Amino acid sequence: MKDFIRLRGVSKKFGDFVAVDNVDLDIERGELFSILGGSGCGKTTLLRMLAGFELPTSGSIEIDGVDVTDQPPYERHVNMMFQSYAVFPHMTVEKNIGYGLRKEKLPQPEIAKRVDEMLELVQLQELRSRKPDQLSGGQRQRVALARALIKQPKVLLLDEPLAALDKKLRERTQFELMNIQDELGITFVVVTHDQEEAMTLSSRIAVMDRGQFRQIGTPKEIYEFPSNRFVAEFIGTINTFSGHVTARDEDSISVAATEAGVTLTALGKQAVEEGQQIEIAIRPEKIFVSKEKPDDGDAVCLPGVVDDLGYLGNRSLYRIRLESGKIVQVSSQNRRRSVTRFLEWEDKVWISWRPRSAVVLLD
Amino acid sequence: MNRQSRFIVSVLAFGYAFLYVPLVLVIVYSFNDSSIATVWGGFSTRWYGELLRNDQILDAALLSLRIALTSATMATILGTMAGLALARFRRFRGRTLFSGMITSPMVMPEVITGLSLLLLFVTLQQLTGWPGQRGFGTITIAHTTFSMAYVAIIVQSRLMAMDESLEEAAMDLGGHPLRVIFDITLPLIAPAMIAGWLLAFTLSLDDLVIASFVSGPGSSTLPMYIFSKVKLGVSPDINALATLIILFITVGVLLSWLVARRRA
Amino acid sequence: MYRKLIIAAPYLWLLIFFLAPFAIVLRISLADPVIAQPPYSPTYSPDSFTFLLTDKLYAITYLRSVIMAAGATLLCLALGFPMAYGIARCQPATRNMLLLLIILPFWISFLLRVYAWMGLMNNYGAINNLLMWLGIVDQPVQLMYTDFAIFVGLAYSYLPFMILPLYATLERMDLDLVEAAQDLGASRSRAFWDVTWPLARPGVIAGCLLVFIPAMGEYVIPYLLGGSESLLIGRVLFDEFFVNRDWPLASAVAVILLLLLVVPIVLLQRYQARDQEGTA
Repeated sequence: MKDFIRLRGVSKKFGDFVAVDNVDLDIERGELFSILGGSGCGKTTLLRMLAGFELPTSGSIEIDGVDVTDQPPYERHVNMMFQSYAVFPHMTVEKNIGYGLRKEKLPQPEIAKRVDEMLELVQLQELRSRKPDQLSGGQRQRVALARALIKQPKVLLLDEPLAALDKKLRERTQFELMNIQDELGITFVVVTHDQEEAMTLSSRIAVMDRGQFRQIGTPKEIYEFPSNRFVAEFIGTINTFSGHVTARDEDSISVAATEAGVTLTALGKQAVEEGQQIEIAIRPEKIFVSKEKPDDGDAVCLPGVVDDLGYLGNRSLYRIRLESGKIVQVSSQNRRRSVTRFLEWEDKVWISWRPRSAVVLLD
Repeated sequence: MNRQSRFIVSVLAFGYAFLYVPLVLVIVYSFNDSSIATVWGGFSTRWYGELLRNDQILDAALLSLRIALTSATMATILGTMAGLALARFRRFRGRTLFSGMITSPMVMPEVITGLSLLLLFVTLQQLTGWPGQRGFGTITIAHTTFSMAYVAIIVQSRLMAMDESLEEAAMDLGGHPLRVIFDITLPLIAPAMIAGWLLAFTLSLDDLVIASFVSGPGSSTLPMYIFSKVKLGVSPDINALATLIILFITVGVLLSWLVARRRA
Repeated sequence: MYRKLIIAAPYLWLLIFFLAPFAIVLRISLADPVIAQPPYSPTYSPDSFTFLLTDKLYAITYLRSVIMAAGATLLCLALGFPMAYGIARCQPATRNMLLLLIILPFWISFLLRVYAWMGLMNNYGAINNLLMWLGIVDQPVQLMYTDFAIFVGLAYSYLPFMILPLYATLERMDLDLVEAAQDLGASRSRAFWDVTWPLARPGVIAGCLLVFIPAMGEYVIPYLLGGSESLLIGRVLFDEFFVNRDWPLASAVAVILLLLLVVPIVLLQRYQARDQEGTA
């Protein structure tokens, strides 16, 4: 199947500053695709090029088989939900939602009918004649969404769609967005700095840094198999051990990690040479902590003491100090209810993990 | 940032030319040797020399400066009090009238302000014998009245933007309210007071119409003197005087802008 | 105690030197002129007002003042809006410099700025020299002492008053709104009329008010740039008072001018308040 959105060699320079650096990207029809990155990574510029507010310095953008590289925003079948929502403050909810159709010069009854449908979709029927300053943040977000969706765009661009909402509302709205996307089958491209948001919403994520993609994949791939240190650290927390490669076979690599005091093995198919400096990484929730040395021949077991601990309700966080002084973060589920602590400060403990849980990071 | 459209750029260019070309021409013609102000007769600085020998101009300038210094200071004191009252005392009797009286002098046409103040002074003189003579005193009062409004607005907006909890913290730490005003509030609004003083000073130096109403015979401010001369047409020594004033103010404004920018 | 003092000092000052004078103006406008010192009678009569309202010349003068002030206001708006828009869309560093250049004329003497145009519009001044040099005209065009000169002078003097409030609203405006309109299918110019213009309305109203009101009572500009027969109300008031020494009539002229100005201000304020409340 031909890709629905195709970016080829797209760059954007502002003077000397390269915001987007020679990027290729393919997004399929009906995807909920997220571009994830910190501020200034180029993700918003990329989105604005898709919308037509910025012209690429070089490269081409194709949507549904049409080259739209030089099309102005008002001619593209692409609509955007702005981070600020950009709801027109001098128009009512109804007028805001119908604005795009009025610009298409559709007959009045048709506009009224479609506005009604949209109001129903986003459940704003009762608020139709309110002005934006009489709406809550969540309601304004829904007006912005309806206003963009009513144009039946081929692609809906969402710039930090949930950043302006508080935490509870954000979680609810996430699922609403997913349901609406599912119902309408429109391709969504979301830009966000919030990794949790990207993980829950997306079918695929592109992690962006300094104008380039560092990894593109499903949330699971990105979390479980980060291909480099940037991605591993950007998404969630991760412990890393650096060392020289001592051996490798088909799908695993062994490293002499001085910080761990032993040789560590991890999954990895990268081309590495013996003696090369690389890192082995392991997520905190993949590590077990116990008072006794676990009886598991395959597992990596390292002794340490509890340096710090925190109780988070559903889970507890531990910082374990190894003999080398290296601090390892461990997260464990609190499955049993107990008022006494399982571990105390300065307790001697063992941490362990399965080699298959660890990954190899090259840079 | 978006690129500016060609239309906007050309309007901007035209607008700034409109604002500044007349001033530049005055400066150029101030170095004109010819005594017919519109005909170019070669470069000369003779009009600057004549300016210095003109006692009338120097007297008028001195009077204007004295009035401006006094009225700006009075306006700053009264205007700061008014700004404090408006921003910090939410409720008091007659607040609506007060805030109305503060803002009105700014939009009042000068002829009305001038006329009404003159009639007040005349009436007061009939009733009390004061002011016996119109001049420095009456002009200073008139200028204080309309420029304190500007100071009050500047101070008020500064206070509105300022965190009231600073003053509350000082009171919490045992400061008497009046002490708090001197220890905390005034130092914090000092920049606004300075800006207000400068504005009041300039407004006073600038005023012609109100001063014309409330001055008496023999007391002519600088604008009144200039007006009496330019009524008769363009004159070369006024070009020279205008040049000095324009340069003086431009340098002053640029300097204060640079200082403000460095601090920020 | 201190609180009372802080309120009382400026309050009393304004009562005595701002409010009381208006009462006196009103009182004297109802007196009769006499040849005495001061030149008005202690009696009450509406003669000055009846004279003003029945004499055609005064009606024409008021009307001319309104037209001139309104014309100058529109001129300022036509020039000031694109300028304020351009400044608001500049990079911050350039923007501050451009704003400073708008504010600078504020500080330079008003009288001298009007005076600058006298040299410019003279029959042998810069404009005529330029026109003749370009060969557009071969005789000097009469610019000085015309209504055109008054328009230019008013627009020139009050342009900063228009630009600053416009700039303040345009600068505060969320640029996303314009992009959102374009995103939804509005062309650049359509987006301007649908979004930028209605949202800039408070600035437009404030700017127009700030130009119109002082322009209505302007004395210096019509005196220096206008012809001796070009009667505007500010100048008439001045002349009635100083030349004809008719204090009651001058006061009546002031009262009516004030009434003319109070009405639009109140109406506009009410309009703005309703506009802010939203749908009602």
